[in-house]
Amino acid sequence: MLCERCQERPATVHYTEVINNKQRKMNLCEICAGQVQAEGLGFLPQMNLHNFLAGFWNQMPGAQQFTPQAREDVKCQVCNMPESLLAQKGLLGCGDCYQHFGDRLDPLMKRIHGSCNHTGKVPARTGGHIRSVKQIEALRGQLRDAVTAEEFEKAAKLRDQIKQLEQEL
Amino acid sequence: MGIKETVSNAYSAWMESDGLDGDIAISCRVRIARNLKGYPFPHLLDQEKAGEIINTVQPVLESEFMLEKAGKFEVTRMVELSPVERQILVEKHLISPDLLQKHEKKAVALREDEVLSVMINEEDHLRIQCLLPGLQLKKAWELVDRVDDGLENTVDFAFSEKYGYLTACPTNAGTGLRASVMLHLPGLVLLDQVRGIFASMSKLGFAVRGLYGEGTEALGNLFQVSNQVTMGHSEQEVINSLVSVAGQLMLQERMARKVLLRERREQLQDRVGRSYGILKHARIISSEESMRRLSDLKMGLDLGLTEGTQPGQLIELMIMTRPAFLLQEKQRELTPLQRDVLRADLIRKSLNQGVK
Repeated sequence: MLCERCQERPATVHYTEVINNKQRKMNLCEICAGQVQAEGLGFLPQMNLHNFLAGFWNQMPGAQQFTPQAREDVKCQVCNMPESLLAQKGLLGCGDCYQHFGDRLDPLMKRIHGSCNHTGKVPARTGGHIRSVKQIEALRGQLRDAVTAEEFEKAAKLRDQIKQLEQEL
Repeated sequence: MGIKETVSNAYSAWMESDGLDGDIAISCRVRIARNLKGYPFPHLLDQEKAGEIINTVQPVLESEFMLEKAGKFEVTRMVELSPVERQILVEKHLISPDLLQKHEKKAVALREDEVLSVMINEEDHLRIQCLLPGLQLKKAWELVDRVDDGLENTVDFAFSEKYGYLTACPTNAGTGLRASVMLHLPGLVLLDQVRGIFASMSKLGFAVRGLYGEGTEALGNLFQVSNQVTMGHSEQEVINSLVSVAGQLMLQERMARKVLLRERREQLQDRVGRSYGILKHARIISSEESMRRLSDLKMGLDLGLTEGTQPGQLIELMIMTRPAFLLQEKQRELTPLQRDVLRADLIRKSLNQGVK
C-alpha cells in the first residue's frame, strides 16, 4: 500500500487522529507521518519560499503591520486581493497587483533579483512602443562598444539603425 | 504519439544519450512563466475561470499557426488521467508535482515528441517548458521562445514595461525564465568536492539541488543547476552564463574522473564491476540502491571501464524503476517487497539483453 499523502513511499504508519471526538485514520509513510504529527501539534516550520517572501513583505518600510488591531486592509482594485493575504501567501493576485502595490514591490524586487527593471524579451504584438525603446537602448550599448573598439564602420551602421528606429517612434 | 503512449513508455527524447556533452550533462530544461491579461493568477481562480483559461489557450496551442511555429500539441486535462498516469508525467519530468494538486483546474499540452510541454494553471496560467538531452540550452530557449510567440500572436499576456512578464510569485517576474541543467557528477561526489563547489555556485546566482533526493542528498549523483534571478538580465544573458557555469562544472567533473582513474583505477573498476554484477543478477533491489548502482555503471561506461550497455539505457532505467512507473507496469498496488522484486526484474532483463 502506498502512503495516501505522498502517493510515493510505502505506508508503514497507521495514524489515528482524534480531534473533538472525531476520528480520522490515515495510512502514511514515516516521513509524512512525521509531518502530519508536527502539523497536529501546531509545529510546522514555516520555511518555504512563499513564507520567506511574506516575511520580507512584512518588513518593508511602509508595509502594514498585521497586528490584531490592523488598520484597514488595502485591496487590489482589480482582483480584490487584500494586502494581508499577500503578506500571508507571498503570492500576488493578478497582473494589476504589480501596479497597485508597485511602490512597495520595488524594494522586494531589489532584494530578490538585485534589480527592479526588466531588460529581457518584450511581447511582439502588444509590446510595440517599449519594444522599439529597448531595441534602441540595446543598439546604443553596442554602438558604445563599437566606438571603444574603434570599429567605426560597424558604429556607423549602428548609428543609422538607431536613427531609423527613433524616427519610427 | 498520444498522451496514453507517453505514460506507458519510460523513454523520452531528453534521455537520448548522444546529446552534446551527454556523458555528464544528462539533460537541460528551459521554462518560462506567462499569465493571461485580465484574469487573476491561478491560486485565486475558481473552477469556472480556470476552465476559461484552458478553453482560451487550447485552440491556440492546437492551431495551424502553432503547428508551423513550434509543432503539434495535444492538450489534456489532468482529470482525464489516472493518478498513476499523472505521477508518471512527473517522474518523466514532463510536468511538475504542483500540477497534481487541485488537478481539476489543470491541464497539460505536450508536443508529440515530448520535447515541449505547456502546463496550464500551475502557479502561473502558463508554464512553457522544453527538455532536451545534453547541454543544448540555447536550442531549448529558441524552441520555448517560438511557442511563446505562437501564443502571443493571439493571447494577451500580463506584461509591464517596468517589471516585464508578470507572475504570481515575484521571484519569477521579469523574464519568467528558469533554465537548468541536469548533471551526473559521480567523480566530484567520490572526491567529496560537491559541497564546496555548490557553495560558490550560489554566490554566482545559481542554485544547485540533488535530483529526486530529500534535501541535499542526491540520488544517483544527479544534480540540477539553475538560475535564481529573473529580472535585470536578458534571456540570452541568463542562458549564456548557465552554459558557461555548466561547462566549468563539467570540466571539474572530467578532471575528477581523470584523477580517480590515475590514482584509484582498481577501486574504480571494482566499484563499477560490482555494481554491474549486482544490477545484472540481483533479485531484490531498492530504489536507492538501483539509482546508486546505475550511476556507477554509467560512469564506468563513460570512462570505458566496462561495456555492453548504453548510457541512454541507464537513464531510462533510472526513470523506469521509480515507484509510479512500477505501479503502471503491474496495473495494481504493490507491496514494497513486490516493488523491489519487479525493479530488479526490469533491470536484469534490460541489462542482460545487452545493447539495444
